[in-house]
Amino acid sequence: MDKRTTEAEAVAELRDGMTIGIGGWGSRRKPMSIVREILRSPVRDLTVVTYGGPDVGLLCKYGKVKRLVYGFVSLDSIPLEPHFRRARQEGAIPEVRELDEGMLQWGLYAAALRLPFLPTRAGLGTDVMQINPELQLVTSPYEDAEQLVAMPALGLDMAFIHMNRADMHGNGQYLGPDFYFDDLYCMAAKRRFMSCEKIIDTKNLLSEGTLHTLRINRTMVDGVIEAPGGAHFTECTPDYGRDEKFQSEYAATAKDPEAWEAFKAEYLDVSEIEYQEKVATR
Amino acid sequence: MSDATRAEICAVAVAEAFRGDGEILVSCFGTTAAVGARLARLTFEPDLLMTDGICSLLANVDPVSGEKPEPVVEGWTPFRGIFDLLWGGRRHVMMIASQIDRYGNQNFACIGEHAKPKAQLLGMRGAPGNTISHRTSYWIPNHSPKVFVEKVDVVSGVGYDRAAALGPQTSRFHDIHHVISNLGVFDFETPDHRMRLASLHSGVSVDEVVEKTGFELVIDENVPVTRAPTDEELQLIRQAIDPEGFLNKEVRS
Repeated sequence: MDKRTTEAEAVAELRDGMTIGIGGWGSRRKPMSIVREILRSPVRDLTVVTYGGPDVGLLCKYGKVKRLVYGFVSLDSIPLEPHFRRARQEGAIPEVRELDEGMLQWGLYAAALRLPFLPTRAGLGTDVMQINPELQLVTSPYEDAEQLVAMPALGLDMAFIHMNRADMHGNGQYLGPDFYFDDLYCMAAKRRFMSCEKIIDTKNLLSEGTLHTLRINRTMVDGVIEAPGGAHFTECTPDYGRDEKFQSEYAATAKDPEAWEAFKAEYLDVSEIEYQEKVATR
Repeated sequence: MSDATRAEICAVAVAEAFRGDGEILVSCFGTTAAVGARLARLTFEPDLLMTDGICSLLANVDPVSGEKPEPVVEGWTPFRGIFDLLWGGRRHVMMIASQIDRYGNQNFACIGEHAKPKAQLLGMRGAPGNTISHRTSYWIPNHSPKVFVEKVDVVSGVGYDRAAALGPQTSRFHDIHHVISNLGVFDFETPDHRMRLASLHSGVSVDEVVEKTGFELVIDENVPVTRAPTDEELQLIRQAIDPEGFLNKEVRS
């Protein structure tokens, strides 16, 4: 099946109030061209589930987020996402569901396996339990009778991920050091869109990476978007590293409304094609 | 050695926290903690595992400053592998703390109310899972009453009182080992697991520690002095691990 599509068609499926999952980790292999398309769309009141990076900072800055479910929001080389930090300190995110990093994986995994929850010790004894009043405990039915957190499934309406390579059928390949949790977002979601640096023939999927790099198979994907530079300014090794200079410039706009307006006009109020042209000529 | 810097004394105290750990993964935050863990591995704990900070396990020691040798990769630890490993318990993490209380409850999530913090810090990250799953220590380069507090604003890492409340079954892997600051070494070797001053770094007085701690510490009659670095240790720190002396920028003598 030819699943090739565009960011615009994928984002056109988004409805106000939907729950979305965004792949990658911090400022690493984020589907930024899709995020930029969401910023251009009128959609609002999203629940966003992610190991957050600039995707979260930008969606918060645009007021798109009603509920944020996350383990952290970081730009990696800048430990705290400044736009997220600001949104938190201003109380601008209506519902904050901060979890232990491992709990987030567990919630996605439970949803992927169509289980109502998965048990874990993580969170017990900490304020994770207060911050997430929905969390319930479960007692082991076996002899140990241990009390554990029943981490509920984090089911998603839509998932967005970015891969290094993919074929038109939805088989996806990462070529960097880590696959993060991208397969779980896809498996946890009803509609799944994968952008990639390059769409290649299926027969070439093993020419750049081993069998083990084919983490995404086509049961996990509904739409494939060719988006060269689509993860910019986050890293997408080995295709490109993080654009640290661009990221610093982005981070600095959190403290300076004028700089933010200029940054927005230059890089966000434009099409993806224009964005990539501007980045290329910086 | 009399010419050891305070940071070097701290690094040795960090290394001592890993003594006896054997073949487990060590994860460290902060320069001096990173130096100390490498020192332990190069001396009395050669079997420790360490990552390159991304997702390779390195068979050789990656220096904190100076020229980097060619990495010898001995394993792969993507984040998912790290989560599995830490929930499985074969790890000792040394985290930072923006606030810590007498029972070792730690906060690096935010300052103020979580709903609308005065200062958003790192967030929960992996602290809840780490502290309930395996041995945890803390490295605090700036000992002050703002860090050593009566009550932390938000609990990200579980302390002994909260672990006890969970019962023996759930808390059986909870193990807050050492807290190392620029002033001394602290542990929880007391009947009710309140924090104890275990040793003072050379040149630090009990009074200074008391003055800079926002709660009452358990202080024995005779508090020993933190072990001084040996000549071999100083040589390793200065020549192999941190030739540019980054640790001395984190902790001034």
